[in-house]
Amino acid sequence: MALDTVKNAEENPNATQPYKELGLKDDEYASIKEILGRRPTSSELAMYSVMWSEHCSYKSSKIHLKQFGEKAVKSEALLVGIGENAGVVDVGQGYAVTFKIESHNHPSYIEPYQGAATGVGGIVRDILTMGARPIAVMDPLRFGDPENPDTRRVLPGIVSGIGGYGNCLGLPNIGGEIVFDDSYQGNPLVNALCIGVMKHADIKLATAHGAGNLVVLFGAKTGGDGIGGVSVLASETFSDSKSTKRPAVQVGDPFAEKVLIECSLEIFKEDLVIGIQDLGGAGLSCATSELASAGSGGMDIRLETVPLRDPSLSPEEILMSESQERMCAIVEPSKLKRFMQICRKWDVTATVIGEVTTGTRLNITFNGELIVDVPPRTVAHDGPVYNRPIAKPKYLDSLKPVSVPLPTTPDEIKAAVLKLMAAPNMADKSWVTNQYDRYVQGNTVLSQPEDSGVIRIDTNTNLGVAISTDANARWSYLNPYEGAKLALLESCRNIATNGAKPLAVTNCLNFGSPEDPEVMWQFSETVRGLADACLELGLPVTGGNVSFYNQTGSVAILPTPVIGVLGVVQDVTKRTPMGIKPNQVIYVIGNADDNFSGSEWAYIHGKQIGDHSPVADLDMEQRLVKLLLEGQPIFEAAHDISNGGFAASISEMVMRTNVGATITLQGNIAAELLAETPGRVIVAINESSTNAIVALAGKYQIPVRPVGNTGGNFLAINGAEISIDELRDANTGVFEALFG
Amino acid sequence: MRIGVVTFPGSLDDRSALRAIELAGGVAVPLFHGTNDLKEVQAVILPGGFSYGDYLRCGAISRFSPIMESIILAAEHGFPVLGICNGFQILCESHLLPGALTRNADLHFICADQKVSIENINTPWTRGYKKGQEIVIPIKNGEGSFQCSDETLKELEDEGRVVLRYVGKNPNGSRNLIAGISNKRGNVVGVMPHPEQAVENLTGPSEDGLMFFSSILKELVSK
Repeated sequence: MALDTVKNAEENPNATQPYKELGLKDDEYASIKEILGRRPTSSELAMYSVMWSEHCSYKSSKIHLKQFGEKAVKSEALLVGIGENAGVVDVGQGYAVTFKIESHNHPSYIEPYQGAATGVGGIVRDILTMGARPIAVMDPLRFGDPENPDTRRVLPGIVSGIGGYGNCLGLPNIGGEIVFDDSYQGNPLVNALCIGVMKHADIKLATAHGAGNLVVLFGAKTGGDGIGGVSVLASETFSDSKSTKRPAVQVGDPFAEKVLIECSLEIFKEDLVIGIQDLGGAGLSCATSELASAGSGGMDIRLETVPLRDPSLSPEEILMSESQERMCAIVEPSKLKRFMQICRKWDVTATVIGEVTTGTRLNITFNGELIVDVPPRTVAHDGPVYNRPIAKPKYLDSLKPVSVPLPTTPDEIKAAVLKLMAAPNMADKSWVTNQYDRYVQGNTVLSQPEDSGVIRIDTNTNLGVAISTDANARWSYLNPYEGAKLALLESCRNIATNGAKPLAVTNCLNFGSPEDPEVMWQFSETVRGLADACLELGLPVTGGNVSFYNQTGSVAILPTPVIGVLGVVQDVTKRTPMGIKPNQVIYVIGNADDNFSGSEWAYIHGKQIGDHSPVADLDMEQRLVKLLLEGQPIFEAAHDISNGGFAASISEMVMRTNVGATITLQGNIAAELLAETPGRVIVAINESSTNAIVALAGKYQIPVRPVGNTGGNFLAINGAEISIDELRDANTGVFEALFG
Repeated sequence: MRIGVVTFPGSLDDRSALRAIELAGGVAVPLFHGTNDLKEVQAVILPGGFSYGDYLRCGAISRFSPIMESIILAAEHGFPVLGICNGFQILCESHLLPGALTRNADLHFICADQKVSIENINTPWTRGYKKGQEIVIPIKNGEGSFQCSDETLKELEDEGRVVLRYVGKNPNGSRNLIAGISNKRGNVVGVMPHPEQAVENLTGPSEDGLMFFSSILKELVSK
């Protein structure tokens, strides 16, 4: 194929171009022509199509996401906000922490191992790009029916891809979620979160300043994998009628990423870069246009200098390739020699591919011929913005209340607890988590199945951070506004339960098609709820990710906003774990009500959802967080009550340390046991702290009551005696039997 | 007392090993694979990780690095060497230790708190333990199943060269539950579990691993 140069585009203005196949709409193609004053060259078309895709441009969500900025409170902790590769917050003592969550749903469905692996790789590079050493990862996962044969295809591959990549990078995997719901059958959710730490002065940004500075591509060579992955894979649903898109999934090489991390950190340490950007979705198109767009001048790139794994790649393909483990840096000429020395030390390929110019255009040549001449901002930031129609879903008018058995006698209680704990959503997840290295780096203070992951960041002062991710998609289905708030509150409560003060929020919003007005309503309500709650709690949203088109055919997944909250632990040695010891008194903080809508107990009885979600009580939950933090010195153990209600939480505490408990519940016993009323926590204290907990309850106006004592080798609830062995038999082996 | 830890491309537990040495009271010296300079250390640790991405076979490429030339030469003259996980694999590939580490029996990566017994206290790395002492330290590997010929197995057992043995269920299909072995002289030890990740109760399952580092330091002081 002849090279489609700018000159050629000018001379052949009416050439037919495959913009529709590349996912561009008629009006989008027209506006590219208007921007350029001519038709785009094929390389320019490739760049615009991929950068203006839903995945890269946020064209359907942008108009809603603005609220995170508009409603945000001024947070002194926020050092870098939305817009960069990841947000950065101040955690004290000169440390800055960066964290972000992203989705890799569609690639993981097609190619579970590589899709999940490169999901980890991508988010880790985002964190690295900020100048931080990545210190931990987490993976919230959602799958369809565990009994479905396709789940057995997808789940083991995804778990092994996450482990295969993350373990090889030396990043402890400290938590996440695994949730089963039929709505994810044809569209599992693979979200990946990474946290990194650096000193304030070491923060790096994606910007290209200073004419004459060099554009250096370093890391893996560019190959034919993932070409068009972003625009094709992330923006369309799977349909049997189209040809296979299997080759569009990128292939990861964690070893290349590991040396890239060490090499980059050494380069950062010597302050050798002006700006840096990783190559992820949209590859070089994205990195060059974003760097130039955020800078002060233009940029010249010589595309033939890009080192290739496959020499037959066309310039369009080089621009679109999503080959993994690549970074692009802006380097002053005087620092190039040292930069190259460090790359050689780590056997990392590095090549000067262009320079920053005094102009305003991004110019890309291929063997001397000009093939791209665009204003970079129009590619990177001025993509189309849609205000898509929204409509309140009709299903909300025909919701039915749940109908579930309400256990009260000892036999019923015992049977209920054992049935609940054997459900795949509640079952022991160690078959999964034991495939992840949780110890590497030597700073993991708490990891799954604890409420949050806690990582020490300073071995002398014991400063640390805690992080948790949460979502309750069933509540979001019933009420996306409340559902988003409740997910945020649960995440805050989880880290506070372990002793961390909430500091900042990230989110991964997984939804169906934005072209469906009912899905768009779910999305807009979710963003509104999350923004309102963040405003009231005084927490900044530091970044996140939107994943649309999560559906099979016309059926969308449950709206699934996964919310991650980062908190600071001043002294990690004082964290509160979930494991109890003998001779402690167990208290429940907060009251239960009898709403079973969206609960696990309802789900295991005919997959019911119900008729109304709880309403988030932001005021009470803020007081609860304060109570948890102030009470930390007297809490010997603590565990949030959420999925599976009190029954699940107390069972998990008992199994964690093999210490029994004798519990007496009063009032509506079934609700106390199994309802998932938010804002509740189980704590264990020593008898001598009784007065202190009563005083805390009074101070924060939150009901607190003793429900039992620890000790023995069984869990007794209102006369139902369940030995720890029975509990463990029910709870373990479930994943081994399904997926082993 | 200077103890070196080698960083290969893809090493992961190098910094944890350096920290363990410091916690035990030693001077931890980072070494890099690309030179043969041992920087006057008195003992060396090959840490865990995925050196060279485990490509070809675990440890097969690292064993040819310049620093290994110095280490192999020194080890043959009694220089103390401890290989942990990937380090153990490198020692096998270097033929400083017999046998090989293969895929775990269930084909999964396994991260778990593992009970092991100390079988041999006549090595500089284990002298501080009691014979038969049971300790809990993490295992975290995909290829930790120790395999060797019947002849080698008999030799290892007869000569008391099994240093660590798994207690309870065999986690990975290792022959005779072997978790660690030494060479004939006892100066070179390879273990699959990670003592360097069990040096603080805060971040590990126990502090049982610290004695590996204290033992070698005591040994070096007494020399």
